[in-house]
Amino acid sequence: MTATQDRPAAEIGKDRRRKEDQRLITGRTRWTDNITLPGMLHLAMVRSPFAHAAIASVDVEAAKASPNVVAVLSGKDFGDELGVCINAWPITPDQKTPTHSPMPADRVAFAGEVVAVVVARSAAEARDAAELVDVEYDELPAAIGIKNALKDEVLAHPDLGTNKSALWVFDSAEAGTGSDVEAAIEEARTNGILIEREYRQQRLIPAFMEPRSVVVDPTGEQITMWSATQIPHILRFALAATTGVPESKIRVIAPDVGGGFGGKLQTTPEEWIAWAVARRLSRPVKYTETRSESLMAAHHGRDQVQTLTLAADKDGKVTGFKVHLDADLGAYIAVVGGGVPVLGAFMFNAIYKFPAYRFECQTVLTNTTFTDAYRGAGRPEATYAIERIMDELAAEVGVDPLEIRERNWITHEEFPFMTVAGLEYDTGNYEAATRLAKESFGYDALRAEQKERRDRGDRVQLGIGVSTFTEMCGLAPSRVLGSLDYGAGGWEHASVRMLATGKVEIVTGASAHGQGHETAFSQIVADRLGVPFEDVEVLHGDTQIAHKGLDTYGSRSLVVGGEALVRAVDKVIDKAKHLAAHLLEASEDDLEYNDGRFTVAGTDQGIAIQELSTAAFAAHSYPEDMEPSLDAEATYDPVNFNYPHGTHLCAMEVDTETGAVKMRKYTCCDDIGVIINPLIVAGQVHGGLVQGIAQALWEEAVHDEAGTLVSGSFVDYLLPTAADTISFDVVHTDDPSVCTTNTLGTKGVGEAGTIASTPAVVNAVVDAVRHLGIDDIQMPCTPERVWRAIQGSKAGGATETPPDAAPHFADGEANSAGADGALNQDEGAGQ
Amino acid sequence: MIPVKFDYLAPTSVEEAVSALGEHGDEAKIMAGGQSLLPVLRMRLNAPEVVIDLGGISSLRGIRDDGDAIVIGAMTTHHDVRDHELVHQHALLLSKAAAEVADAQIRHRGTFGGALAHADPAGDLGAPALALGAQFVIAGAAGTRTVEAADFFVDLFETAIGEDEILTEVRVPKHTGWGAHYEKFVRVAHQWPIVAVAATVRGSIDEARVGLTNMGSTPLRASATEEALAGASATEDGVRAAAELAAEGTSPPSDLNGAADYRQHLARVLTGRAVLKAAGA
Repeated sequence: MTATQDRPAAEIGKDRRRKEDQRLITGRTRWTDNITLPGMLHLAMVRSPFAHAAIASVDVEAAKASPNVVAVLSGKDFGDELGVCINAWPITPDQKTPTHSPMPADRVAFAGEVVAVVVARSAAEARDAAELVDVEYDELPAAIGIKNALKDEVLAHPDLGTNKSALWVFDSAEAGTGSDVEAAIEEARTNGILIEREYRQQRLIPAFMEPRSVVVDPTGEQITMWSATQIPHILRFALAATTGVPESKIRVIAPDVGGGFGGKLQTTPEEWIAWAVARRLSRPVKYTETRSESLMAAHHGRDQVQTLTLAADKDGKVTGFKVHLDADLGAYIAVVGGGVPVLGAFMFNAIYKFPAYRFECQTVLTNTTFTDAYRGAGRPEATYAIERIMDELAAEVGVDPLEIRERNWITHEEFPFMTVAGLEYDTGNYEAATRLAKESFGYDALRAEQKERRDRGDRVQLGIGVSTFTEMCGLAPSRVLGSLDYGAGGWEHASVRMLATGKVEIVTGASAHGQGHETAFSQIVADRLGVPFEDVEVLHGDTQIAHKGLDTYGSRSLVVGGEALVRAVDKVIDKAKHLAAHLLEASEDDLEYNDGRFTVAGTDQGIAIQELSTAAFAAHSYPEDMEPSLDAEATYDPVNFNYPHGTHLCAMEVDTETGAVKMRKYTCCDDIGVIINPLIVAGQVHGGLVQGIAQALWEEAVHDEAGTLVSGSFVDYLLPTAADTISFDVVHTDDPSVCTTNTLGTKGVGEAGTIASTPAVVNAVVDAVRHLGIDDIQMPCTPERVWRAIQGSKAGGATETPPDAAPHFADGEANSAGADGALNQDEGAGQ
Repeated sequence: MIPVKFDYLAPTSVEEAVSALGEHGDEAKIMAGGQSLLPVLRMRLNAPEVVIDLGGISSLRGIRDDGDAIVIGAMTTHHDVRDHELVHQHALLLSKAAAEVADAQIRHRGTFGGALAHADPAGDLGAPALALGAQFVIAGAAGTRTVEAADFFVDLFETAIGEDEILTEVRVPKHTGWGAHYEKFVRVAHQWPIVAVAATVRGSIDEARVGLTNMGSTPLRASATEEALAGASATEDGVRAAAELAAEGTSPPSDLNGAADYRQHLARVLTGRAVLKAAGA
């Protein structure tokens, strides 16, 4: 009955092509929008064009009369069954949290908020009818921009009385992890070096490839929701908690999901509306957003003002670091909205031995799209701040940026190391990664060329940027998350099903949306269990199949979910051993397990794991003290985060005449522990780098003063393509510092490139023009900003660029409103 | 992204197309490749009742020699303009500019006439067409007429083409042997130009034509620069001095990619570079 293939050589470390790619790349798969159910209705949303307005009236009569429209519902048509959108991470007990209705009946708080939904027999008819919904608004003043909002002159939510949501503080003197930062600053002011900076983390849009889509089928015993989400399990919990439907009556499926980058780590108004409409009408419904809706109303990321004070002695040894963040939450506190900037609290000290540290995070409400996780979530912001300011320190001391880092970093002999932020870094070797990166980059030769170009006064100047990053990832551990008032744990669950034919199904609570779990997890099981790679099937994303799980974000799937899987496989082997001993009539102590086969030591007797699966299925003969099953499951909760690190080096050319910047070389040496699949790692690193580089150079979500998203299409929100990037030089240390808190020795890699690359690029741009008296250029480093910095008119300051969109897509008017209520970009533009 | 419902007509002759336009008037929109029109429809920024697709009119495609000019059919794709031998020989500047339009997929779909009739001042073909003194052949119910480039571009997205007329072909006077360069300044490769300069020169330098992209509501000629270049030698200093005049009379937009004064600075710098490259210096 067993029909399995011969087992090839070891899988871990092998460049396996991803088994999921054929279906994902061709699109012939179960994307949510590809799902069609009998009798399904389609939704179109009516969204507010105003950032802040009272809803005076909603006239739905014309829309209702439109062909094949089944229902038109506004906020006042729903009661409690609509539920609310939750904030699962209140960062302080007194956090001010505005109520977030999926469809408010009285007042909208950002442009793009849903005020009504049209239900029709086709998506086109729903869209046509949505234009006929006549909403009367009384416009209210809008709180736009962090600094404006902090003044509390215009309130995003007048009933809250303030825009300040919460202040979260960590102080090393109070926590006992270090000394008093104010004393260090005073000392530096008189006897050392004090560097004070304000850095801006611009607002970004995750811009995943597959727009968000949701299908709800209320016709079975359980109500089923398919959603393009990263978090089916959390989504199910939140639906149960807020809509009154028992969790046991809810099935959530994340089918194939086309990218997320944190942007689908959300419980969305659109999901809640689809849920309520399907229940109200007892009909299956589908909603798929347009790209314009996605850019406007799916959550944004970053958006902080960072006020930094770095104290050091005259040799550049840091004595204290004080950080104050003002973080823009947007109009509502999204599922982990407030927690994202707080995650940065543990990372501003990075790889360094700082004696004193204080971190404050003030979260701020504004009338803009709500913000939440975006690749790196809190850690890119922290890494940017520290790696930028370490370059400033190097410039102040007058030494190479790598030298200043070496004077401050934790040496490899000092691990495990308790940081000033209270984390225990288990392993790391910053010296080795830096050595290798420098070598591969050709650091000395590029420095020589830089000097030569400077001396010559070349029109094109060369700059070299450094980023020696680390990050905490693998979110988990549950106890730590609990201590931060996060609303859930961080464990992960896995189960292994040994099928009668010898094939293996594994079920993971992680929920892949492009990462390659099916391939990497198959490699792990193939090695651990000794079965062919092709015989392993990975199941995920359906709460009826993967009944327990905490989903995918924070570089957690491999380091937490992979370890749960290893533990479940080990339990299978234990059970199999018991059965093997019984069938071979041997003592368990005499059995050896190799390459999927138990053998009796010193004999040629043995039995394969596949034969044992069949034997357990037949159950004709098994020990009295055993159930006839080899299946097993495990729930794993790590004791610590893990800490990948690396040295990233970037060379940028700056055209001093135009301000144009061009990447010349990018080398990174990441120490990510044991690598399961180098090809997948390369993909994660390359993609991650581009996303971080894009923050440095291209991407910025801009609202005008009225709160309209000006960068509302890919014409104005600049995503790079392959044509805009170079071939990266990606190396890894030969002898990685292996993670000590999981069996496989792995560390997370999903966010590393994004976290590390942004400061490397900006450091390089600034380095190219530092001799002209420039010490900062705001992100993204547009040619205009670089040029203005060189002109000296606004060195490092805000851009003079008006927040207007280019008018390519409108006939004569700048993205003007059609009859559909599309946003009128003219309003308030041209400040 | 679902457009508002519209009727679709696919005429097979210019006469048929003109008559359809006459019938539907301002309720109709011409589709000539669709690379600008379709996004507008899909984003519901415009909702014509009728779309008249010129894609089925084979007489509008192709490039031919016509004595002192080459004639480019309005429905010739950017890709074909870029690669055509006649364009290489007699209007090299158009080939250089066509090569820079958007990306390869759009260049295979989008058309020369469609782009010019759309008259986006950030479009890549207006400035070269203006610099080369192209003539636009426009067909209407009463027959055809020819409009000089200087009169063709009227304003933002507005040309001399009447509501019931169709651009059929563009006559480009031969600039045989002229050097050419299209200097396009973008932040990412697939972007519209923030500023671009189309330069073509005879000799080194006997005569120069310089067109500016996205420096006003229409493509512009850098006339002062052209005059200063005539008879100048193609040295870096000489060309740059002439290029300093390039922003005269321009009124560029201010948007996310740059304020007007920055664009004027770019126009001066890029003009110098474009002319030097065109002159092979």
